[in-house]
Amino acid sequence: MRHLLHVLRVYTAVSYADMMEYRAEILLWILSSIMPFVLMGVWMQASLNGTLGMGPTDFARYFLCVFMIRQLTLVWVIYDVENHVVQGTLSPRLLHPVDPFWRFFCDHLAERLARMPFLALVTGVFFALYPASWWWPGLRSVLLATLCLVVAFLLRFIMQYAFAMVAFWSERANAIEDLWFFAYLFLSGYLAPMTLFPEGVRRLAEWTPFPYLIYMPTRILMGQPTDVVHGLAVSAVWAGAFFIIYRVLWRAGLRRYSGMGA
Amino acid sequence: MPIIETTQLTKTFRVPQKDSGLWGTLRHFARRRYRLVTAVRGVSFAIEPGEVVGFLGPNGAGKTTTLKMLTGLICPSTGQARVAGYDPFRREPAFLRRITMVMGQKQQLIWDLPALDSLRINGAVYRIPDEECQRRIGELSEMLALGDHLRQPVRKLSLGERMKAELMAALLHRPDVLFLDEPTLGLDVNAQASVREFLREYNRRYRATLLLTSHYMADITALCPRVLIVHEGALIYDGTLDGIVRRFAPFREVRLELAQPAVRECLGAYGDVVSVEGQAARLIVDRERLTGTVAQLLSDFEVLDLTINDPPIEETIGRIFARKDPA
Repeated sequence: MRHLLHVLRVYTAVSYADMMEYRAEILLWILSSIMPFVLMGVWMQASLNGTLGMGPTDFARYFLCVFMIRQLTLVWVIYDVENHVVQGTLSPRLLHPVDPFWRFFCDHLAERLARMPFLALVTGVFFALYPASWWWPGLRSVLLATLCLVVAFLLRFIMQYAFAMVAFWSERANAIEDLWFFAYLFLSGYLAPMTLFPEGVRRLAEWTPFPYLIYMPTRILMGQPTDVVHGLAVSAVWAGAFFIIYRVLWRAGLRRYSGMGA
Repeated sequence: MPIIETTQLTKTFRVPQKDSGLWGTLRHFARRRYRLVTAVRGVSFAIEPGEVVGFLGPNGAGKTTTLKMLTGLICPSTGQARVAGYDPFRREPAFLRRITMVMGQKQQLIWDLPALDSLRINGAVYRIPDEECQRRIGELSEMLALGDHLRQPVRKLSLGERMKAELMAALLHRPDVLFLDEPTLGLDVNAQASVREFLREYNRRYRATLLLTSHYMADITALCPRVLIVHEGALIYDGTLDGIVRRFAPFREVRLELAQPAVRECLGAYGDVVSVEGQAARLIVDRERLTGTVAQLLSDFEVLDLTINDPPIEETIGRIFARKDPA
């Protein structure tokens, strides 16, 4: 275990150095992900008639949280794995006596670290433009939201990593992610708070992994009552299920790997 | 006891088949067709610890596929492989710590960072203590004459420097079995020579076992007392370099220098004319007809000089690969 932690530290440090070579690109990625702010404008306008149960300031805070959480839980491992499998560049990683999973995982961690200063900047600009939306959720909420954020990232990573295993069979594994992303958009609270959805949809969504990827940490940060235990339990079950799928597909996929394409 | 052993090792790939054009695309979408391609068929050999063995064959002969099976990257369809006492495809960490593979066309170094960062990763994954890692980096960079290049981003290195840095990364954990797939590919003559010299020194110093594929015969002749030749997936020769000529070249090379300019058409009756330049000519003659042919040449032409050699190894191997049924 100590050895693995040492390896993860080195992977993350080296990957961070690599990410810093692309700092301008990271800033551009962040700026190109401003969809939550567009949605914020739409919902703030819609809330002016007072029928949505949330005021313009609530929506401003909500979508700032959505933006931040989305940025911090962004996962693209399916594209990475697909590329490595199809190009055969997975081979050098397979020759290392450490599961390639960890290298991909640390690449994401490092990118998160590289993203943070830019996120702080965007948040600063946001509050400068909308000073009325400033709030401090309290230390307890911040800590709890951080825990949920970590769980959301792990869940999203393991789900996408399991899908990425399809790259051993198909050269376009990322199509699955595109389909999955459609459900994610609607049921995670990305497009609108879940309270605005019909009761039936909300109840159904509670048993899917999606609301715990964005909506739950957002509610905690906004100081709204949240069943965290239920959320973490559902997340753990989904993460466990996807972990098993990943391991089964990984073993089967390696038997198909040719070192030069699916 | 052999450190590498294969028994009837076979690998078959299922390759999709698609015709060109719109009709071909639609048909491929509706009903996929596949063809079974046997890349390696029933290959058996054994290599003892410390041996340096050349693995020869034309493109698509199955060399790289065999190396991939021996390193555990791909799973054999049938047959068995044992390397350092392990089943490669199980990819046990203890096995992976004992082997390495250098692929001339695929690199493990991180493109935008100095090679030192990639070496740092390898130091960590192979459990090399920091101090020992530094010592090995120093030792290997001295053997490879890499010096300060390790601090430059990999993308700024020349091809030769990059290959040397790849070798460093591959050998940092001091493996005792090296699989080298075209390690000198694309390098200039000097860089090829220094990589060769390094591999020879590494083998001598650590008694490592090397299995090497290369399209440059100079690599093979300089490093490998023993060669394996594969052709269309099957092993057709396992023995010394000299033995190749004895087994596959039932002909000799006759070099002539005539008093008059040599004429290709006149010499064709005596053997295969390889080249004619001024008064010099090179012929390939069957061993059985050699004595009679030489006597005939001496009587028919005014010969200033005549030498008889085994044909160059490249030429012999080229002829083997060109044959339909080389075995």
